[in-house]
This record gives sequence, C-alpha cells and structure tokens, in this order.
Amino acid sequence: MENLLANSTEAVAIILFGIGFTMLLFHRNLFRKLIGLNVMDTGIFLFLASMGYIEGRKAPIIVNGVQSTEAYINPLPASLVLTGIVVSVSVTAIMLSLTVRLYMRYHTLNLDEIYRIADHEEADR
Amino acid sequence: MQLTEIARIILLILLVVCAVGVNFGKSLLQAVIIFMSYSSIMCILWVLLESPDLAITEAAVGAGVSSVLFMLTLRRIHTEDLRVEALEQEARKNRPETEKTPETAEAEKSETSSAGETK
Amino acid sequence: MKIIEVGDVPSLNGEDHDILESVMDGAEVHDSPREKVKIEKEYYKNYVRSSPWAQKLIRTENKGFNVFYLAVAVVSCVLLIGMLLFTISYLPRYGVENPESTAVVRRYVEQGLQETGAVNIISGIILDYRAFDTLGESHVLFTALMCVTVLLRRDRKNMRTQYEDFYTIRDEKYHELYRESIMRLVAAVLLPCLFLYGAYVLLNGQNSPGGGFSGGAVLGSGMMICAAAYGFRSTDKVITKKAANLIAFFALGFYSFAKGYVFFTGANGLENHIPKGTSGAILSGGLILPLDIAVGLVVACTMFGFYSLFRRGSIGGNE
Repeated sequence: MENLLANSTEAVAIILFGIGFTMLLFHRNLFRKLIGLNVMDTGIFLFLASMGYIEGRKAPIIVNGVQSTEAYINPLPASLVLTGIVVSVSVTAIMLSLTVRLYMRYHTLNLDEIYRIADHEEADR
Repeated sequence: MQLTEIARIILLILLVVCAVGVNFGKSLLQAVIIFMSYSSIMCILWVLLESPDLAITEAAVGAGVSSVLFMLTLRRIHTEDLRVEALEQEARKNRPETEKTPETAEAEKSETSSAGETK
Repeated sequence: MKIIEVGDVPSLNGEDHDILESVMDGAEVHDSPREKVKIEKEYYKNYVRSSPWAQKLIRTENKGFNVFYLAVAVVSCVLLIGMLLFTISYLPRYGVENPESTAVVRRYVEQGLQETGAVNIISGIILDYRAFDTLGESHVLFTALMCVTVLLRRDRKNMRTQYEDFYTIRDEKYHELYRESIMRLVAAVLLPCLFLYGAYVLLNGQNSPGGGFSGGAVLGSGMMICAAAYGFRSTDKVITKKAANLIAFFALGFYSFAKGYVFFTGANGLENHIPKGTSGAILSGGLILPLDIAVGLVVACTMFGFYSLFRRGSIGGNE
C-alpha cells in the first residue's frame, strides 16, 4: 500500500486509463467514446514516460561534455511516447471523419440506434 | 517536501478532476473544452518529468490540433442538421402542389448555383 | 464581394444582403448548454421518433439486455482498475534508478554524441538508432491523411443531391464576409512569433529540445490560425491544389531513400560517408537535420490537411 502512494504518478495514470475505459463502455454517444479513447491514450503515455524519470537528474541534453548515465534521466521511454502522441492524433482524425460520415447517413450519434437501423435495413432488403 | 513534489501532486489531482469532468459534461462542447484544459495540464506535467520534447508536442497537438478537430466535427454535424431542416421545410412547402413543377425546380437550382459560383 | 468589419453599417449589393439575412435568420439565440440539450432532444423526438421506422425500432428495443450490459460493464471496469492498481504496488519505486533498465541506455548516452553527432540524445535515438520507428510513423501520418481525404472530400461523385453542401458553402461565405477583428488582431501578433518559433524548433532538433514532430506540429498550428483568421484565400496562395500532397510525398520519399542508404551501409559493414560536423552547430549530426526537415514537413502538411478537409472538403482550392 505504501508502494502505491510512492508510485503516485503511475497510479494516477492507471486511474486515467480506467476513466477513459469507462467512458468507452458506458456512454452511447459516439463523440464521447472518442473523447474517452483520447483520455486512455494520454494515460498510457503518462505511465510510460514516468518510468524513465530519476530524481535529481536533468533532461537528456548533453551540456559541458558530461556524458555519463549518472547525470541524465532515461531517454528511451520518452522517445517512444513522442511517436505515440502523433499516432494518436491521426487515429482521432480518422475516427472523427468516420463519425461525420455516419451522421450524414443515419442522422444520429447514438450507437445503439445505428446498429438497429442498419439491421432493419438489411432485413428489409 | 519540496515545491516540485507539491506541484506534481496538485497537478495529478487536477488531472483526475478534469477527466471526471469530461465524463459528466452536460453538452458535447463543454466536454471538448474541459478536454482542452486536461491536455494543457498534461503539458505542464511533462515539463515536471524533465521531457521538454513531449511538452512542446503535447501542447501543439493535444490542446491545438486534436481539440480543434473535435470542434470542427461538431460544426459539421450542426450543418447537417440545418440541411435536413431546410429539406423538411421545402417538403412541407411543396406538399399542396403534388409534384415539383419545373419552374420551382429551376428556381431552386439557380439559387444554389449562384450561391456556389460567386465564391 | 465587399469585405466589411464587425460594427460597420453594411451597405452591400443585393446578393450578399440576401445571404446575410438568411444567415441571421438561422442564428441561435439560446445561450446556456442546458437549453441547447433540451432543443437537441426536441429535435430528436420530433424528427427521429415520429417516423415509422423509428416506431418499429422502439417496439423492438430490448431492455433486459441493457440492464445486463450495464451490470457486466460495471463489474469489468472495477475488476480491471483493481487488478492494474494491485500490479502497480509491485513495480519498482518511482524516481529511483533501476539497474536493469539503465543497462540498455548506457550505450546511447555514453557514445551517442560520437556515433550520431547529436547533442539532444532523444533526437539521436529517434532519428538514428531507432529510425525505423520514425519511418513507420511518418507513413502512418500519410496514410491517415489519405483516409480522411477519401472520406471527407467534396467531389462531384460525393455530392448526392443538389442541396448536399449548400450550408457548408453558406457558412464559408459568411465567414469570408465577416472578418472578426479580435481574431485578426491576435493572429497579426501571434503568427510571426509562431512561424519563427516553429522554424527554430525544427532546425535545432539536434541541439536543443524539439525536433521534427514538435516543429511540424507548431508550424501546422500556425497555418491553421492563418486560415481561420484571414480566410482560406490567404493560404491558397501557399498551399495550392497539389502542393500539399506533393510535399508530403517527396518528403517521405527522401526520408525512405536516405534511411535506405544508411541501412545498406550499416548492414554490409561499409563506411558511412556523411560528415558529422561539430557538435552544437546547426549543420551537425550527419543526416539528422535533413530528416528533421522531412518529418516536420510531413507533420505540418498533415495537420493543415486535416483542418482544411474538415472545414471545406478539399486541401487546396475548390474543384
């Protein structure tokens, strides 16, 4: 339990992941599901990058020629997160354009209604 | 406890509050604005975790491009509603006349084409 | 078309006056979000629920399944968060150096400057040691731009009826007639600083924090503000119809060929003849500066392309 309070950043990152996941499951509106997906993404990035932080050390930019691992934080998780942030925005853009096309076709943002309308249209065909 | 520790804990609590606020926002526009502030707080957290690259990218992408794309989607959905309302009004107007006479069809066609051409 | 400011008494010719009147007729006067939600529900009730197919749907709605779904969702969410929080209490302590994870980093930090020539270790990692990931990520961005173009492009084949995008066109004309002075003033102050800062972050990726992604995102946001404040006529001079796609294509192609050369020489044990320069100067780091520029151009074009496609359905100009 004390370890949970010491790893507070990772715990909050997992709580954010959980909040995003509940937004994905509970809301029927497509738009809110997308916002939940984005919250989940940023929670995962916070979790990853906080594993590389070491107290008392600086950002990984070499100053004065000091080149030992004792002076800088771990730069590997930060570089992985940098790629992830840009990929998450492109995924959001595609999902939003799909939402616009779905609205133009069915005139509702409610996912249950869209499923039922599509089922009935297939049955009527 | 140092000042950075206190600041980090306060920012983490604010993050959770913002995420819960996005969940319970009353309209879609409110949810998007609270999401923007959530992204900005995340940007400050990246600076406290000694990664300035991530801070610049998160500020430009999270609070900049992603939230603007959400608002643009809301705008297009609203435009779709207006279009459907206009179609309904015209359907209601044309109902006394059984079919669209060629004069009204030509009048509508010239109206939309003049609206599109003078751009 | 005459351009007017907010606050002027408009003296327009007949056609613009008609468009403005039609816009002001449809303007919303309700302010609070609670009223807007009520209006949304009214519209939903009147339009959707009264049609015959909606009546058929409501009769077949399954309430038992909804309750079951809610119960299972609550249980699974609580279980998931509980399990993950339980796992965190076994993780190594936050902020303390972990010898297993720093064994890998030793080579990157101690020999990074000599092998890549970059002072910023993160730029050296993502553009030299792990450049394959960045290559894949640039392709992901380009593919996303193509997908959004296919879905949202306003084309003669995409328009179903003659009223398809009448209101999109009307919105654009409204925003071209009214140039809001707040937006123009803020853009006039911010845009030079934004473009300068974006170019600085992009070109100095190997010496200071920043790099391709950050600089490209800032430049893309600058172009978005320019299009929002001054209308699309100002950005159409720079980003013409084919320019954005050609820029993205050639930047990606240059990145692929450059990295292909490096992979080939590295895999076959040959010598890499690209000079590394002095550390700390702008022209240093071997291939990192050209690759930074390529990645930044792809990111900027993608961000501005998303904005333009959502707003008016084409990246540069109309058909």
